Amino acid sequence: MAINFSLIIPEMLVAGLALLVMIISLLVPKDQKRGLAYFTVFGLIGVLVVLYFMLDAQGTLFNGMYIVDPFGSFMKILIVLSSIMAIMLGVEYVEKFITGFLGEFCFFVVFATLGMITLVSAGDFITLYVALELMTISFIILVGFGKHIFRASEAAIKYLLLSALSSGVLLYGLTLVYGAAKTTSINGVMEYIAQGETAPILVLGIIFMISGFGFKISAVPFHMWTPDVYEGAPTPVTALLSVASKGAAFGVLFRVFMHALPGNQELWMPIIIVLTVLTIVLGNFVAIPQKNIKRMLAFSGVAQAGYILLGLIAFSTVGVSAALFYAMIYVFCNMGAFGVIIAFSQAGGGDEVQDYNGLWKRSPFLAAVMLASLLSLAGIPPLAGFFGKFQLFKAIMEQGYVWIVFVALGMSMVSVYYYLLVAKAMYFKDPHEDSPIKVSLPIQVTLLAITLITLFLGIYPTPLTNLATQVAKTFF
Amino acid sequence: MITLNHYLLLSAILFCIGLYGALSKKNAIAILICIELMLNAVNINLVAFTKFLTPGDLTGQIFAIFVIVVAACEIAVGLAIIIAIYRDRSSVDVENLDWLKW
Repeated sequence: MAINFSLIIPEMLVAGLALLVMIISLLVPKDQKRGLAYFTVFGLIGVLVVLYFMLDAQGTLFNGMYIVDPFGSFMKILIVLSSIMAIMLGVEYVEKFITGFLGEFCFFVVFATLGMITLVSAGDFITLYVALELMTISFIILVGFGKHIFRASEAAIKYLLLSALSSGVLLYGLTLVYGAAKTTSINGVMEYIAQGETAPILVLGIIFMISGFGFKISAVPFHMWTPDVYEGAPTPVTALLSVASKGAAFGVLFRVFMHALPGNQELWMPIIIVLTVLTIVLGNFVAIPQKNIKRMLAFSGVAQAGYILLGLIAFSTVGVSAALFYAMIYVFCNMGAFGVIIAFSQAGGGDEVQDYNGLWKRSPFLAAVMLASLLSLAGIPPLAGFFGKFQLFKAIMEQGYVWIVFVALGMSMVSVYYYLLVAKAMYFKDPHEDSPIKVSLPIQVTLLAITLITLFLGIYPTPLTNLATQVAKTFF
Repeated sequence: MITLNHYLLLSAILFCIGLYGALSKKNAIAILICIELMLNAVNINLVAFTKFLTPGDLTGQIFAIFVIVVAACEIAVGLAIIIAIYRDRSSVDVENLDWLKW
């Protein structure tokens, strides 16, 4: 059987880029690696362009082990975009705090990207598992590679032990589903379930799978690793972990549950609903007492994962397109917030919320970007987050889950409170010191672009909604 | 006569022992070993399903090989991090990992 290699050009490019960066980084002197980082960024931008032109491509490779479709390509664009932003924002941070390891940072980010873009296209449990582990192991190394940073290795060992445990549970679930359906391909599982049989072993397998994926998207009660890892990891890695790895996990979750398991929806939907409501409620309430801004953003990320899960509950074209739209918005808002944290800690600031006192006087630009990102995360018009949440709630409402809409709406008001605590510290309190903060050019450009996109999509979201709706039709 | 059910029971027991150990052990290396037990339970499942349900089709066995390879990578990274932690604090007890706390 002929293999259509043109469908996997982006993956091959990313893999080539990773190996190339790895080899070049051995040849370049230790103190001159900044060029290498920008080379990586240009390579990833090239991949982004290829992905954009492949948005309509559809097909399967390797006997159905690899699925290329608009949904996968959309998630890949999201992932590659966040990798580009993470490198742009992280170059100077890594040079300053993890001196001499910029090359490693770049190629592990690219390897993680490779794992994530393979994950969202996985058409078979074997591909799924290998891609998931490629992503996870790269991220474990990224979390722990700044071992001179206080607490990085502790964060890494916690992430490693818990993610290995969760992949064990996920794998056990996958084998049980394999045992019931007698095939590992997602299409095969769909055909088996369409026959209408429900073996007990399948039910057990689905439950194990939900807990395994729940860990990756940090849904309550599998979220306990999130705050520790987010706080301990180097900030650029935290930024990437919070958007890209979550996006990839959502991609594979949506693919497995909407593609392979729609036949027995009534079985797993109650579990997902309980998880979602718990995630939204707990994430928002626990974020309130947090003193450390990275921890606060970790819990806010847990809550945001709950909002994206609403798209799965809606189980309709509108729901999926709203979830995709929201995931894309979430990338920009979160990257903006973490970018400010990176710039601030480079200038010698701490990670506690009170360190941000009077940031407005020291750097109006950083304070404005932080404010825009946080308000967008909270869902306040005219920023993009508002429109995303509105669409998600509308999709859920159409399916008749009015009570979930009320819970989510109430919780998003709670979230405004803790986001505004940071805004209050930045704008109304007096700074500990008056020295203005200098923001370097790459960070300035990236943050400016992120803020403009957030504003633009809030005022004129139509292009992205049209794209998301078109992409969501993959499943229905 | 040993049937599929025997294998599944064995793997379920092994998985539970691994899970219990991973949740109750204090030493980070012991936890890694327990996780290894869970992955071995998965491998027994895969090989048993292949032998009894789909004779002739080797997908499950190939999956098991992939699991073994990836588990080895995970352990390698894990041991490296454990060494880094041991150099920091002369202990690998997970109870002492409390610098990051709510």
